[in-house]
Amino acid sequence: MNMTNAEMNRLRWSCRRGLLENELVLERFLHAHAALLEGERLAAFKTLLGYGDDELWDLVSGRRECGDPALGEVVRLLRNC
Amino acid sequence: MAVARRSFDAVVVGAGGAGLRAALQLSEAGLSVAVLSKVFPTRSHTVAAQGGIGAALGNMGEDSWLWHMYDTVKGSDWLGDQDAIEFMVREAPKLVYELEHFGMPFDRNENGTVYQRPFGGHSQNFGERPVQRSCCAADRTGHAMLHTLYQRNVRARTQFFVEWMALDLLRDASGQVLGVTALEMETGEVMVLHARATLFATGGAGRIFSSTTNAYICTGDGLGMAARAGIPLEDMEFWQFHPTGVAGAGVLITEGVRGEGGYLLNKGGERFMERYAPNLKDLASRDVVSRAMATEIKEGRGAGPRGDYLLLKLDHLGPEVIEKRLPGIREIAKKFADIDPVKDPIPVVPTVHYMMGGIPTNYRGEVVVPAFSNGRSDPEAVVPGFYAAGECACASVHGANRLGTNSLTDLLVFGKAAAESIIKFLQENPGRKDLPKDAAERTEARLARLDGQTNGESVAEVGMEIRRTMQAHCGVFRFPDMLAKGVKKIREIADRASRTQVKDKSRVFNTARIEALELDNLIEAARASMVSAEARRESRGAHDRADHHSRDDSNWLKHTLWYKDGDRLEYKPVHMKPLTARTIEPKVRTY
Repeated sequence: MNMTNAEMNRLRWSCRRGLLENELVLERFLHAHAALLEGERLAAFKTLLGYGDDELWDLVSGRRECGDPALGEVVRLLRNC
Repeated sequence: MAVARRSFDAVVVGAGGAGLRAALQLSEAGLSVAVLSKVFPTRSHTVAAQGGIGAALGNMGEDSWLWHMYDTVKGSDWLGDQDAIEFMVREAPKLVYELEHFGMPFDRNENGTVYQRPFGGHSQNFGERPVQRSCCAADRTGHAMLHTLYQRNVRARTQFFVEWMALDLLRDASGQVLGVTALEMETGEVMVLHARATLFATGGAGRIFSSTTNAYICTGDGLGMAARAGIPLEDMEFWQFHPTGVAGAGVLITEGVRGEGGYLLNKGGERFMERYAPNLKDLASRDVVSRAMATEIKEGRGAGPRGDYLLLKLDHLGPEVIEKRLPGIREIAKKFADIDPVKDPIPVVPTVHYMMGGIPTNYRGEVVVPAFSNGRSDPEAVVPGFYAAGECACASVHGANRLGTNSLTDLLVFGKAAAESIIKFLQENPGRKDLPKDAAERTEARLARLDGQTNGESVAEVGMEIRRTMQAHCGVFRFPDMLAKGVKKIREIADRASRTQVKDKSRVFNTARIEALELDNLIEAARASMVSAEARRESRGAHDRADHHSRDDSNWLKHTLWYKDGDRLEYKPVHMKPLTARTIEPKVRTY
């Protein structure tokens, strides 16, 4: 992981959501997988953080399947958190 | 430190439902409007509101604003101001139709009208039988509302300051409010936002409790800023415990589950709400259900290995109803309770959900405080230039307990009303008052103290201590000795909170610094809640006090006002007179 402190903080702040459900899962994810966040995985995670809360929760909870193969691995990790 | 300044007609702090509804009104009136938000607007906590908007449209059967008013007054355990409640319930249908015209994707009936679902505490004909009054968009009403209002604001050219945190309220020597100081997270720089009118729509402070349905952003920022600027906080002892938070996680299971036919069981499989509320049963008001659940647990009828939760049964509804009417519930239960509600009941406990108290306002959204002038005292003198709406405000429409669906009604009605008051105020006061030279002094002193603190306290530890103390000493059941100890403890914690330290001294996106600044707000909300709760020697609405099990109207039919200065309390009368309707006289509250 080559993120600066500010970049990591920015990422953590993006995990502040309107839905507690998402926050709990994202917190578990960062706790377990922060070290994996680089390159394509980091890009995928940032894309997912840009989603609206309900859209993100749909993916995380498995209510909706992820249509973008580039996001698949991170979505799978989030589902297991 | 030279602090940059920008000027606006109106500054709105918070971009949830109330802030967005207000900002829309202001922008469409042609005013320059800045909306500050810690997170992107559509990630505000309003997004979590699942149940719907309470409004007597009468689409599912006969309904009337008078019945909605009666339910709200009764739900409030008579602590709600009846003028504000009448205003809210009469305005509610108009605000729903406005949203419909803005493109809000409400659920529909076959005849095309807005579908309305039943919800706890709402009744036909003054408590006779449940009524379907909640206007919803599946279980995503808050989400749909935020997106609808945000898009309208973009169209109206509202200016958003995203990832900005307001720090302090600016007042001049006369007490008039002239804007806020705020921190831009990206740069760490502070700016003065000079405004002719300032509206707080900062949401609740549920994060002062360990077990809460509230998102992490709900840190009571508006309350902290108001308290530091000398504004009292009203009725902060009244916290709503949602009956059905997932045990151990806090995540909310919407009341809509019970609206659609789900019900609660104790460990013996008994549908115990039949004993506590024979008419409305599981659809009784939230406080009634929460207190019943807490009683079941306290008396040894809780389920699970430690007997510390109840069971919410919905498998009898069948997978199709669960998927169609309650689509998110199955996933939440699987993820946070590790059960599938199509087969098994969900373990649930009463969980802190909503703050009934807040910044005192009238029904026009103007902030009001006791004042003494020209030889007479006024318990509700308007603070010029200062407005509040939504959960951070106390109008007071929820009194000692809020009815489900009335939070979205509140933020729409009072968001718009506050904006209308601002528009009128700005028309009547066309100039712009100068800022005092030392406008940013309080903020600068706070930041200098934080940056220079050595051998200080950990923000995380002090925050944890606030949450533990509130949870243990200020829950559904309140005991006088525990409350007294709670007051002592929270005052000690407040002392520690004044010595917090952050090791990271960087400027760019320093989240440690932001969390320390949030803690300054949390502690004010917590102290106000504990001190107010200790003093109120009765059981009303959301809580049950062990030494005074009943409501005591002769001594306690009054609003609490907590002042940071001196950590002291005052009281003011409840408005018993509605705007046009007859007073709904206090009586014993049964469901």
